[in-house]
Amino acid sequence: MSVVTEEIKGIDGLEDSLDTGGPPPPALPDGNAGDGNSGEPFSRFPVSKGQLGLWLALTAIAMLFAGLSSAYIVMRGAPSWQNVALPGALWVNTFVLLASSVTIEWARRRVQVDRMGPTKFWMGATAGLGLVFLIGQVVAWRQLVSVGVYLPTTLHSSFLYILTGAHALHILGGLTALGYVLIQTLKNRYTASNHEPIALCAMYWHFMDGLWVYLFLLLILA
Amino acid sequence: MSTAVEHTHPQLGFIRKYVFSTDHKVIAIQYIITASAMAVVGGILSMLMRLQLAWPSEQYPILGDIFPTGFAGGIMAPEFYLSLVTMHGTIMVFFLFTAILTGGFGNFLIPLQIGARDMAFPFLNALSYWTFFVSCIVILGALFVAGGAPLGGWTAYAPLSALTEGNPGQGNGMTLWIVAIALFAVSGLMGGLNYVTTLLTMRTKGMSMMRLPLTQWSIFITSILGTLAFPVLLAAGILLTFDRLGGTSFFVPGGLIMGQQLVDHTGGNPLLWQHLFWFFGHPEVYIVLLPAMGIASDILSTFARKPIFSYRMMVYSMSAIAFLSFVVWGHHMFMSGMSPVLGSLFTLTTLLIAIPSAVKTFNWLGTLWGARIRFTPPMLYALGFLSVFVSGGLSGIFLGTSAADIAMHDTYFVVGHFHMVMAIAPLFAGFAGIHFWFPKMFGRMMNDTVGKIHFWISFIGVNCVFFPMHALGVVGHLRRIYDPLQYDFLQPVQGMNQFITISAFILGTSQLLFLGNFLISIWAGRKAEKNPWNATTLEWTLASPPGHGNFPGELPTVHRWAFDFSMPGAKKDFVMQTEAPEEVEMS
Repeated sequence: MSVVTEEIKGIDGLEDSLDTGGPPPPALPDGNAGDGNSGEPFSRFPVSKGQLGLWLALTAIAMLFAGLSSAYIVMRGAPSWQNVALPGALWVNTFVLLASSVTIEWARRRVQVDRMGPTKFWMGATAGLGLVFLIGQVVAWRQLVSVGVYLPTTLHSSFLYILTGAHALHILGGLTALGYVLIQTLKNRYTASNHEPIALCAMYWHFMDGLWVYLFLLLILA
Repeated sequence: MSTAVEHTHPQLGFIRKYVFSTDHKVIAIQYIITASAMAVVGGILSMLMRLQLAWPSEQYPILGDIFPTGFAGGIMAPEFYLSLVTMHGTIMVFFLFTAILTGGFGNFLIPLQIGARDMAFPFLNALSYWTFFVSCIVILGALFVAGGAPLGGWTAYAPLSALTEGNPGQGNGMTLWIVAIALFAVSGLMGGLNYVTTLLTMRTKGMSMMRLPLTQWSIFITSILGTLAFPVLLAAGILLTFDRLGGTSFFVPGGLIMGQQLVDHTGGNPLLWQHLFWFFGHPEVYIVLLPAMGIASDILSTFARKPIFSYRMMVYSMSAIAFLSFVVWGHHMFMSGMSPVLGSLFTLTTLLIAIPSAVKTFNWLGTLWGARIRFTPPMLYALGFLSVFVSGGLSGIFLGTSAADIAMHDTYFVVGHFHMVMAIAPLFAGFAGIHFWFPKMFGRMMNDTVGKIHFWISFIGVNCVFFPMHALGVVGHLRRIYDPLQYDFLQPVQGMNQFITISAFILGTSQLLFLGNFLISIWAGRKAEKNPWNATTLEWTLASPPGHGNFPGELPTVHRWAFDFSMPGAKKDFVMQTEAPEEVEMS
């Protein structure tokens, strides 16, 4: 019996009204930790470390573009806002990126059933399409330059360059990771039961695809 | 330590073990020491500011020798004063508090308190620290480049920050500032991602979320805040960089004249910067404050020898504060010409934060109620946290009300408020945490007597420094003025400025007690046993300091929450989280 409770016990009636540290609350059945009392096994968190880490990274990327595009949406109302014509290459690039999302999804589904040949092919195709997309973005910027639209020309062109540029950097980062995973795929490092890097690449790639559609719509609807 | 563990972790050389280590405990200590070094720099800058405010335009030939341009002729230049303001704020907010509380304590405590061997991504963790380290070098570099440090304060308001030609400090200095903050944000994101993943996926058997110590909850919520807030700062920084170097006009309005010259920009909006900055900036306040709350909660409960009062409300109120922190940024912009309706809305959301804050305060008081408190130095610091959090929080109610803020805005009332609530409160929580976990970090105890002396000087000191600032603010003393004596109405209160400065010098010097205590105790402190404070959490079941891999042999099983102090019927007045019900000795 601790000193504190001893002392409180001495005072009539106070014992019930004071919090003397009752029994601990039971663990909430939150499904992701075992219960030390009942000895039930530790059930793992439903999502792997890599997946959760990537989700958080994508959350951060989403917030980055939310910040940039909220600035875009606000500034669109500025009196000095002037639209520039979007370069035609962007339509082609959009198609290329959408296609690459399809190819990486095929790769992911093939590796799940252990068909490594098609997996290698579609992973390679995705990397190729990603590269084409990046080259296409450079072509789009050159098209803008050829009609005299530079970064500081108007607010719309400033955002156009920065949004596409920031997105392209993220594609470049994704392509680097994809290249590494592609090499590992070619070395037969992955199987149906062990292919998390491919799944993570696919998740990142789909996110970049969706992000691009959002940015492109934003730029079109200026 | 079992031999199996030793086999899997071969002896590493000095460099891999202590410099480029991926061990969370080493990284934590690296964070704490780097951030403390930054704090020393930031503190010295504030001392120079106070010197100028108390005795403006005095000649100090020695300082003239040290800072040939800043103190040309021994007198502080106005630009130098403003660069001190900027660098002091930036260093303290980011490079001390954000770094030490989440980077330092988060790294050290997450695996130890949840029963894991290391972080989820140890390499990313090391990368996060080294990115932070580089950002420290870059921000300090801003003090040494031609033109000096930027002048716009830690908030870097546009259009001043968006133009390179505004002032010498707005050239290279401002560029380095943006680079440093961008690196810091990236480092913080890497850290936050790691903390959340570790906390969710690596808890040991029995450690459900609702059995986590409150420190862990606070770091968890803080990391989510950081993940959502830092990218927006990064976005603002990208736009700002292009305004400065790419000729764009996001933040620079047309027709702006600077230095009698028309600026070559059109059509931007300076308020856009404020919106983006404060959307990050207000959550940043809680990125600093929440871990302090968590640390203080655990320490208060430990030395009150009582369970924390209303654990769940503590968790829910921290979550509520975190959510609300994203919808209050407008209260930093009441004076920006905002519509009064919108101002009222932001007032409402801001004052709503008082509810979860008061819940927490009363829960702390409930924890202390009727307790036989052990007044150890960590407890004193934690009580100090509670005291300054309340006095700083109450002045926030004035400032959060748009009508009152119009009068108080940009005065020393604001300076007094935010120093109390987001500088001194986390500072005391940091002192409490360092004193409390020092034995686990270094295997030795810090000196209690020195700690107590340091606490009392600091506690009285901060109240002497920051309390009178509220009064100065009500008189109308503006926050960033360089020479108060140039204003007739401030001459009668100059004595108060001098009192603050003398108190600040005593307060600043007394921090040497803490630094000395810290450094000497690493080598000469009393050897610490496993659990010197009779605390209940997992780290206290381990040797001081714990070995590589933290837990020798099997990971522990957790049977209870972290607050089983003075359990009725138990023999000891604390029950470790690892003790099964049948293992508890009853009297």
